[in-house]
Amino acid sequence: MQWETVIGLEIHTQLATKSKIFSGAATAYGAEPNTQACAVDLGLPGVLPVLNEEVVRMAVKFGFAIDAEVADVSVFARKNYFYPDSPKGYQISQMDHPIVGIGHMDIEVDGITKRIGVTRAHLEEDAGKSLHEDFHGLTGIDLNRAGTPLLEIVSEPDMRSAKEAIAYMRKIHELVQYLEISDGNMQEGSFRCDANVSIRPKGQEEYGTRTELKNINSFKFVEKAINIEVERQIEIIENGGKITQETRLYDADKNETRSMRSKEEANDYRYFPDPDLLPVIISDELRTQVRADLPELPQIKRQRFIAEYQLDAETAGILSSTKQLAHYFEALVKSSGCDAKTCSNWVTGDLLGVLNKQSLDIAQSPISYERLAGLLQRIADNTISGKIAKQVFEAMLNSEDDADAIIESQGLKQITDSGAIEAIIDKIIADNPAQVEQYLNGKDKVFGFFVGQTMKASQGKANPGEVNKILQGKLKR
Amino acid sequence: MSLTVDDVNKIAYLARLGIDAQDTESYAQDLSGMLDLVAQMSAVNTDDVTPMAHPLDQAQRLRPDQVIETNNREAFQAIAPQVEAGLYLVPKVIE
Repeated sequence: MQWETVIGLEIHTQLATKSKIFSGAATAYGAEPNTQACAVDLGLPGVLPVLNEEVVRMAVKFGFAIDAEVADVSVFARKNYFYPDSPKGYQISQMDHPIVGIGHMDIEVDGITKRIGVTRAHLEEDAGKSLHEDFHGLTGIDLNRAGTPLLEIVSEPDMRSAKEAIAYMRKIHELVQYLEISDGNMQEGSFRCDANVSIRPKGQEEYGTRTELKNINSFKFVEKAINIEVERQIEIIENGGKITQETRLYDADKNETRSMRSKEEANDYRYFPDPDLLPVIISDELRTQVRADLPELPQIKRQRFIAEYQLDAETAGILSSTKQLAHYFEALVKSSGCDAKTCSNWVTGDLLGVLNKQSLDIAQSPISYERLAGLLQRIADNTISGKIAKQVFEAMLNSEDDADAIIESQGLKQITDSGAIEAIIDKIIADNPAQVEQYLNGKDKVFGFFVGQTMKASQGKANPGEVNKILQGKLKR
Repeated sequence: MSLTVDDVNKIAYLARLGIDAQDTESYAQDLSGMLDLVAQMSAVNTDDVTPMAHPLDQAQRLRPDQVIETNNREAFQAIAPQVEAGLYLVPKVIE
């Protein structure tokens, strides 16, 4: 039997506000436990939530960016459940009237573009954190995270493979950072994902029973978790079994998913409109402001890079993947005056290679675009060869000096003086009579030997074009 | 619509309310009465009425994104049953 995988994702992205969604407590990561949890976050009696305007603005911005309807009126609701990291006994979320309605996100997998539907995106507050280790059989609760604003982005079940799911997740991840509504930091939990996974016989319309995989917090694990869950489901069905609709946890160490113990009632959240909060009205004025603030979106930037700089789609995709990298590249082209192809090769090859190795992002690059531009200009004006440039680049990584200073202090200037090159070549010809004979007898390959020896003798500083020209003149057959 | 004793017990469980078994029957009757009232209201034609999410016909006021709260952990934790290392301690929630 041929099986088709059906995947929908729920992505929780933490909005990058200074204060919480309903209180004036700080959201900064890493504070001492419970020092950023105020009376509102603790759910103490007599307090009232007041909505943060920045949270609304960010949600609207996201809505516009995925071409979605942004609701005129949206309503907060209480999702009722008891768990110690949620001190009120309910989470303030949105149910029937989310702030962002139907939109979409285009992904590209194996060169094919596919449109993934976004069902909705709604605002809600995060819960606190439970620490289960070593409190004499008790659980420790840190409520600093309680009340942190989240935008939950719910997709349609439109993805058909783990690969597509990853591609979609990456696009959303890229977008929220572009829009500067989230730092997207997965280690700190700013970007988390639940996956709804089911299988059905290929060709069947009807969806199979789905399971929900909880809190998978890296791109790698999303792929692994989905693939292992699909395998599990196929095995059950092919052995005549049935899938139970349930929540499952992915265990990265064992590479398996396992059922989370949950009672039937646990899913009965009894949503109702929160009487503490009035309906949120999105004014025309706010819409106009947000539209005016909208940056060039990654998809559009990518297209522009292809058209404007004649980059291939893959390179354009890499360079437009973050706002900072795109800016670095464009600033480099502009300030070096070099062609875009050369600039993109240096950025995607040498620079990103170093950054990846050192786990740095472009903002932490040891070489600014101004310094790299200085280096590229010395290649362009033949001061140094491409090979020597790599050496200068290495030196720049560990120094604050610009390319000119390094070329000067290390004596790397290219030898273009044909007299000096001629002298080197004459000596090599005199020292290698056997090779000269071979070449004159028609062994073309030996020409490379002479070029190599000349470059070696000049410590790589001889201009290769000049070397070729002189050698050809002297070794005339 | 009428609620059974089982319904009442389930609702009470979800809300973590302890109710006396002897009262359950009368709760079922009272709650059913309320639902009947709602059913009566539901019968009214509201085709041309915009639903309200809140009895106050006003929009939510928004506050600027500013941190105005300071650390009051000590005061809050003074009334907590058990704390350690800045954490609130509660009965273990997972096995």
